[in-house]
Amino acid sequence: MEALRAFTAPRWLKPLAFVLACAPIAWIVGAVLSDLFAGTRLLGSNPIKRAEHFSGEWGIRFLLLSLAVTPTRQLLGWNWLASWRKMLGLFAFAMISVHLLAWAALDMELNLQDVVEDLVDRWYIIIGMTAFTLLVPLAITSTTGWIKRLGKRWVTLHLLVFPATLLGLVHFGMALKKDLIEVVPYAAAAAALVAWRVVRRTRTA
Amino acid sequence: MLIRPATDLPSSDITPESAYLDRRSFLGRSAGALALAALAPRALPAMESGVAQQIGKVTQGEDLRAELTPYDDVTTYNNYYEFGTDKSDPAEYSKDFKTKPWTVKVDGLVKKPFDLQLEDLIKPFKLEDRIYRHRCVEAWSMVIPWQGFPMADLIRKCDPLPGAKFVSFQTLFDPKQMPGQRRAILAWPYVEGLRLDEAMHPLSFVATGVYGKTMLPQNGAPLRTVTPWKYGFKAAKSVVRITFSSTMPKTTWSEAIPQEYGFYANVNPEVDHPRWSQAKERRIGEFRRRETLPFNGYAAQVASLYSGMDLRRNY
Repeated sequence: MEALRAFTAPRWLKPLAFVLACAPIAWIVGAVLSDLFAGTRLLGSNPIKRAEHFSGEWGIRFLLLSLAVTPTRQLLGWNWLASWRKMLGLFAFAMISVHLLAWAALDMELNLQDVVEDLVDRWYIIIGMTAFTLLVPLAITSTTGWIKRLGKRWVTLHLLVFPATLLGLVHFGMALKKDLIEVVPYAAAAAALVAWRVVRRTRTA
Repeated sequence: MLIRPATDLPSSDITPESAYLDRRSFLGRSAGALALAALAPRALPAMESGVAQQIGKVTQGEDLRAELTPYDDVTTYNNYYEFGTDKSDPAEYSKDFKTKPWTVKVDGLVKKPFDLQLEDLIKPFKLEDRIYRHRCVEAWSMVIPWQGFPMADLIRKCDPLPGAKFVSFQTLFDPKQMPGQRRAILAWPYVEGLRLDEAMHPLSFVATGVYGKTMLPQNGAPLRTVTPWKYGFKAAKSVVRITFSSTMPKTTWSEAIPQEYGFYANVNPEVDHPRWSQAKERRIGEFRRRETLPFNGYAAQVASLYSGMDLRRNY
């Protein structure tokens, strides 16, 4: 444990993480374009559905990874990890944007009537869209300039990541036909990450 | 021959779509014509009699011939929760599925309940081809060339009593072979049912083959029902029991989520699934979505079965 606490990241670790984090986005964008326009079968029989599921699931994963940064930092004293939170949060936003784009552009074919109908009628779409909307101001205010400008209010604003994650998980569960088991690991991870914060708060209070 | 185990089939043996489409001319010149003819396609002329004549055009799917979904998609993109909930699970986890020996039990309101080996049960039936649209409740669709026999032939052989108004089909329950059944995702065994007049309708079909080949387990081998104007979940796969009753049987999905899945499950673009629209569908292999057709394009043949019924309530 002491050895682990003493670990500081070499300079190349964050750039490496950046490159690795690019991989799922590059893969899904490349694969879906290749399947649709070059006739490959990288994503199986229903590439559009697959692109939606892949980008949605990776969006949740990146969100949870960004939420895991602070507990890990506190637990191991890894203060160098702090700057990873913004990076992972922005990857989450990028992946969820791909998800939204896959739905609106590929699945709905940018048919405004269909998009609006779903946004009005379908609870899982409404919930998913709300989650995305909550993330937009967080992505915008992720720059150093905004952090300075907002001061303490920045921290309060960025608490929105919690309802956004919750709604994202609900959206995921509702999109499944019946068997909810796929959401369980993510919901458990989210619960643990929130519980850590609550426990820590009550202890230090 | 018909229920030759799937493992006997090397993938090179599978009829490519082009050969399947072209098979009549192929049959004419190929030395292997006899073998192929025995396996698959009963030729067209045999269709041209009686009821079959009226609906022959529809069941032969002349207008669908150019839209056949590739064999690869038909056999790797499947909903068959008994083998897992991912579309790729059924192909992956059914490789060792045993379809022989296979016994089918017939019971309920029949003159004489019986158990019969599958070969003996289907021996009297003439095999024929059907090209049908297949519309999943999840808003994707395919066009599939089936081989099998009219469901009406099977029903007659079962000899139901006059009081029988419904028939239900039960899927095998065998968690050892069907890993999806090890968890109670649905209330196993899977049961689907039809009103007897629906089952007797000339479009209702029981399939034992796909693309002129013995059906693979992921498609419901050795024996599955096909009712092309209904959502795919109304089909019972790997059928081991056929039961006749006077009252509407409890069917798996409508018991699991009654507000989303009804007994009738007729394809209807105007009645949405509570969570998604049914107005359009994505045909596997196509980029743009298509408009979903009432009764999946078979309204002219089947709509009269439901005259006077509120299809919004009887979803």
